[in-house]
Amino acid sequence: MNWNWDKLNQNQQKNQPGSKPPELDEVFNKLKQFKFPGGPIVIVIIILLFFGSSTFFTISLDEVGIVQRFGKYVRTVQPGLNFKLPSGIEKITKVKVKKVYKEEFGFSSVNNNVRSRYSSDAGNTGVALMLTGDLNVALIPWIVQYRIKDPYNFLFKVRDVRRLLRDMSEAAMRLVVGDRSINEVISKREEIAVEARSVLQKELDHAETGINIITIEMKKTNVPGPVQQSFNEVNQATQEKEQIIYQAREDYNKAIPAARGEAERTIKSAEGYALERVNQAEGDSARFTALYEEYVKAKDVTKRRLYLETMKTLFPKLGQKYIVDANQKNLLPLLNLGNQSGGQK
Amino acid sequence: MKIKGILIIIASLAVVLVFFSAYVVDETKQVVITQFGKVVGQPLTSPGLYFKLPFIQNTTYFPKNLLEWDGDPGQIPTLEKTYIWVDAFARWKITDPIKFFQSVNNTTIAQGRLDDIIDPAVRNFVTSYRLIETVRKSNRELDTFEIGLHKDSGQREQNLEQQARSTVETGREKITLGIMQQAQPKLEPFGITLVDVKIKRINYVEQVRKSVYGRMIAERKQIAEKFRSEGMGESRKILGEKERDLKEITSRAYKTAQIIKGKADATATLLYAKAFGLDPEFYSFTKTLEVYNEALGKNSSIVLSTDSEFFKYLQDYTE
Repeated sequence: MNWNWDKLNQNQQKNQPGSKPPELDEVFNKLKQFKFPGGPIVIVIIILLFFGSSTFFTISLDEVGIVQRFGKYVRTVQPGLNFKLPSGIEKITKVKVKKVYKEEFGFSSVNNNVRSRYSSDAGNTGVALMLTGDLNVALIPWIVQYRIKDPYNFLFKVRDVRRLLRDMSEAAMRLVVGDRSINEVISKREEIAVEARSVLQKELDHAETGINIITIEMKKTNVPGPVQQSFNEVNQATQEKEQIIYQAREDYNKAIPAARGEAERTIKSAEGYALERVNQAEGDSARFTALYEEYVKAKDVTKRRLYLETMKTLFPKLGQKYIVDANQKNLLPLLNLGNQSGGQK
Repeated sequence: MKIKGILIIIASLAVVLVFFSAYVVDETKQVVITQFGKVVGQPLTSPGLYFKLPFIQNTTYFPKNLLEWDGDPGQIPTLEKTYIWVDAFARWKITDPIKFFQSVNNTTIAQGRLDDIIDPAVRNFVTSYRLIETVRKSNRELDTFEIGLHKDSGQREQNLEQQARSTVETGREKITLGIMQQAQPKLEPFGITLVDVKIKRINYVEQVRKSVYGRMIAERKQIAEKFRSEGMGESRKILGEKERDLKEITSRAYKTAQIIKGKADATATLLYAKAFGLDPEFYSFTKTLEVYNEALGKNSSIVLSTDSEFFKYLQDYTE
């Protein structure tokens, strides 16, 4: 008991130094006399102490204070040490304006405790399950990050701001998703997030919530479980399609360059033929012309010579040779021609 | 001493009176003052410190800020008899606290009134429109094409059909507005103003969902098939191209080769004609001899008469 009083007095001394020195002395006297501490002055001190301690307060860096005098908003105070009229007259409400709040829809992050995650799971599928514009069903989880922009509106204009935010987020997201096809929902998440943000911000401004949406972040959008496999099948089919096309291209690329080479070869060989043919013709005609030039000079002799020369090389090569007298008319008995063909001349 | 005591009593009485007559209206509140159960004066809507007659006048506080109403999610059939779950919510305010005080008196009862009025309005609107009208808000063209899937005429036709199916005349925003407009007049006697009505969730009921999944699966399968057959088609096309290109390359080469050969033949012919034209008879002679040399050989037998030029000297050398 004594110790408490001592402390209270010390507090009082700290809080209101010099403002009430006479009472202070009195209290000390009373304490010294060991009288029971219920005198009216002590009561006054207690009341003063109570009011005194409620006249100053600290606002942290990330918040502001809203001061109400008899319920009426009077001022907003900035971070630091601040003073107000004692409680009962002025009331302070601190609002964290720098803090980024987060609301999750359709999933819960890991750091939630097991119980809450368990209980919200049933609801989660409902939150994320949405009808798309082509009347398909999609699973769309998302996060809304927001800040309190206007603490006055935030405190006074809406009874349950968080609930309004949650409801509005769901409505806004469904409104946007309701105008998208399932394909767009899966592939154009950014676009949806941007539009949902603007719809939601407009609604929140309209409701004067004082909330500023920083961002809407779409988590992995998906189709419901039973349908997922068929969606994967489409992806697989896309792969198959590409594969089959690549195979055909490979085939093409295998055949065509080879054919081009072959064509080149055909042309080159034709060119070879042409060269050969022309060269031969040139050679042949040159030879003939040269021969002819000499032949003209001694026609008969040359002709005979050429004939005999040919005979000379030809005769030894021949197999059967028969020489028949010109006067002998009947050749047949002499010859046994067998299956050999006869010559002429 | 007596005077002092009386003064103290009077002072404390005054304090008590002030304490009982003073009251505070918060930013979020509004107050209706009643005297023996009867409403007195205008309701207080601006915050601050006020005084009333103690013990005679009573204050009743109502919220002044935006209040929420969350509907009971329920199964509602749409115009085409598809059963869906609709979960609506609304925002409302007490705009006439006196009426509110006289009719419903507190927000819990007001919730019940709102249930009675908004739920049927939601039901009315949802049942009298097609599902698509409740889902969509505009006729924004949906991008239903699969990435990488070619548009062909069949697809376009199908798409047009789908577009027609998903075209809305009203849209969700107008439906919710309609719900609000229908509900608002009925809420006026309670001193309540609806700020908005919105559809929070809308979903197929379990059975319908299953069949929708079935449809989605079928649709996906069809798209998958389309991809596959497109792949096949593309592959065939490439193979065709290959064959065409092969033939083209080969035939072009053949053509070029023939032209080259023909030109060479022509040149050769010209050269031969020029040379041999000098003396056709001599050419014929030399060429024939050459041919004898090449054509006759070991397997050839020859019968020659002594008449021949070669053997004429065998008979006789005289002329």
